[in-house]
Amino acid sequence: MSIAAKFEIEYLQYLDQDGKETGKELPEFAKDLDHMVELYKLMVSTRVFDAKSIALQRTGKLGTYASCLGHEAAHVGIGSAMRREDSLAVSYREYGAQLYRGVKPREVYTYWGGDERGNDFADAPAHDFAWCVPIGTQCLHAAGSALAFKIRNEPRVAVCTIGDGGSSKGDFYGAINVAGAQQLPLVAVIVNNQWAISVPRRIQSGSGTLAQKGIAAGLYCIQVDGNDIIAVRKAMEDALERARSGQGGSVIEAVTYRLGDHTTADDARRYRGEQEVKDAWERDPVPRLRKWLEAKGKWDDAKEEAWKAECDDWMDNEVNAYLETKNQPATAMFDYLYAELPADLEKQRELVASLDRK
Amino acid sequence: MAQITLIEAVTQALAYEMRNDDSVVVLGEDVGVNGGVFRATQGLQEQFGDMRVIDTPLDEGTIAGLTVGLAAQGMKPVAEAQFEGFIYPMMEHIACHAARMRNRTRGRITVPAVWRAPWGGGIRAPEHHSEANEHLFTNIPGLRVVMPSSPARAYGLLLAAIRDPDPVIFFEPKRIYRQYKEEVPDDGEALPLDVCFVLRDGTDVTLVTWGAQVKECLEAADELAQKGISAEVIDVATLTPLDFDTIAESVTKTGRCVIVHEAPKTAGFGAEIAARLSEECLYSLLAPVERVTGFDTHIPLFRLEMKYLPSVERIVEAAERTLAAS
Repeated sequence: MSIAAKFEIEYLQYLDQDGKETGKELPEFAKDLDHMVELYKLMVSTRVFDAKSIALQRTGKLGTYASCLGHEAAHVGIGSAMRREDSLAVSYREYGAQLYRGVKPREVYTYWGGDERGNDFADAPAHDFAWCVPIGTQCLHAAGSALAFKIRNEPRVAVCTIGDGGSSKGDFYGAINVAGAQQLPLVAVIVNNQWAISVPRRIQSGSGTLAQKGIAAGLYCIQVDGNDIIAVRKAMEDALERARSGQGGSVIEAVTYRLGDHTTADDARRYRGEQEVKDAWERDPVPRLRKWLEAKGKWDDAKEEAWKAECDDWMDNEVNAYLETKNQPATAMFDYLYAELPADLEKQRELVASLDRK
Repeated sequence: MAQITLIEAVTQALAYEMRNDDSVVVLGEDVGVNGGVFRATQGLQEQFGDMRVIDTPLDEGTIAGLTVGLAAQGMKPVAEAQFEGFIYPMMEHIACHAARMRNRTRGRITVPAVWRAPWGGGIRAPEHHSEANEHLFTNIPGLRVVMPSSPARAYGLLLAAIRDPDPVIFFEPKRIYRQYKEEVPDDGEALPLDVCFVLRDGTDVTLVTWGAQVKECLEAADELAQKGISAEVIDVATLTPLDFDTIAESVTKTGRCVIVHEAPKTAGFGAEIAARLSEECLYSLLAPVERVTGFDTHIPLFRLEMKYLPSVERIVEAAERTLAAS
């Protein structure tokens, strides 16, 4: 028999679910324990932020909200590997990556609180895309960004994140396909949290791993333990370096678990068993890194308590800023539609202004 | 000065703007070596290289999504949909992203992109190559929908579309791609995107149209003139945002209006113009507004397509009905 093609997918893990090293030599960044403490702290603050968001929604102060519970290692791992000049195109729950890049909790609250101004990031890179609800389309926006970087010969990389469900969309395939054909600096990260609302991973695809979808596109592909931030960060660093140096794009599958509901409008008890969720909590990324840092003598209960208190203050401050934000005038719906309001829309705008004054 | 066709005017505008603005890139299927299936991008790859005239994989969704990404990062992409009947996979990126990016980010990210598509019937093309579907785009806020009807307007309006800071759908009536030539100076002068063009002055009836039907309307106006009826002809050119004032002014003067378009009648863009006339010009009307359009059917395959498209005869009859009414 002659073989036309064959492939393998590397699986990367440095820390097991108990926070013990698997024996693989740690990458350079992980030897900087102070840096690892910073990453841990952002994972914790992301979780505190997330809990606050859900509390806001449950008390009627926020609209529907998509939680990131359980994804902290994957998201912070992605965000912390990128440079500021790289561009990030997310779906809608990658807060850990976005907070690292300067998106403020109050901006997230503002967006899910029904106000477009949440998408107008004050401190995060202006070239990062806004939340992308339609599923999958952000992959092509990242590919287009990567094409712009390539045309202008800029050493920048476009990163997109997508879920296991999203990786079924044509836009995901289109993005990795063109990235391979044009050798684009694109890193596509599939954050596989096992559930697309109620539809499990096995119904999404017959592909053995989701990472291998990139093989057919001609991209470098790897699967990592998405609850091990060292693995996610390392795979990201390698992929970013390859892309930046003109060696093409990558697909990274970060295997994790959606510990919460899809959104606050969802009830996951309708479609998945308690035991599965219980088992998933055993793989929780946050205590895993904490145990490792504790074993290294870099973290303890007192520090945990102090940092959580600091996070509480931070989020309270963000929540207050959000709650104090006054509504935009109703005419705002016209004011960003075009660079200049077309004359034909002035009457409609005047009508809205007059209704708003009533 | 050489005389050029409408499609040559498209090429001339693309080349002019690519020479003068490095951020302008062209992408689509077969736009490179082949110069596009209608030759709109003829010679451009040779001139500007394959990083500015980009043959994409054969996936319209990919082209549209790349276009949004390119524009969001400061490029001015001009994407080609090979035919308007293949534009549907692009619509999610146009409607959900390009058209609303400025608004949803409060101006932080904008999409200064153009989607060009050969449009309409009458060239004996295969199935799915002859649609008139501009009305599917005129209902999307945040877009400009533009359709030239002459070589000069193709040049000037395409330059304006590329320079516009917001997304533009640029439909090119392929039936008149090579219908006639005219002098079009390559002077980089854009035409305004916020006005209708009055192509012929008249006093008895206003013919409102766009795209390939401009030709039929001008011919109808000639025939009507022989019958002693003075018809004004308006090329809408930019459908949205609409310059309704020019139409209203004309209809207020003539008291009669015939709207002509290729697309199906129901909820076609003519319905919007008729509604606006009833809202804003009712007391100036001397006769019911007439619409001469494609039918509420699919455009037939090419043996019957000319039976579907508005004809000079139908336009003249409709105009005469408005005269007979008062």
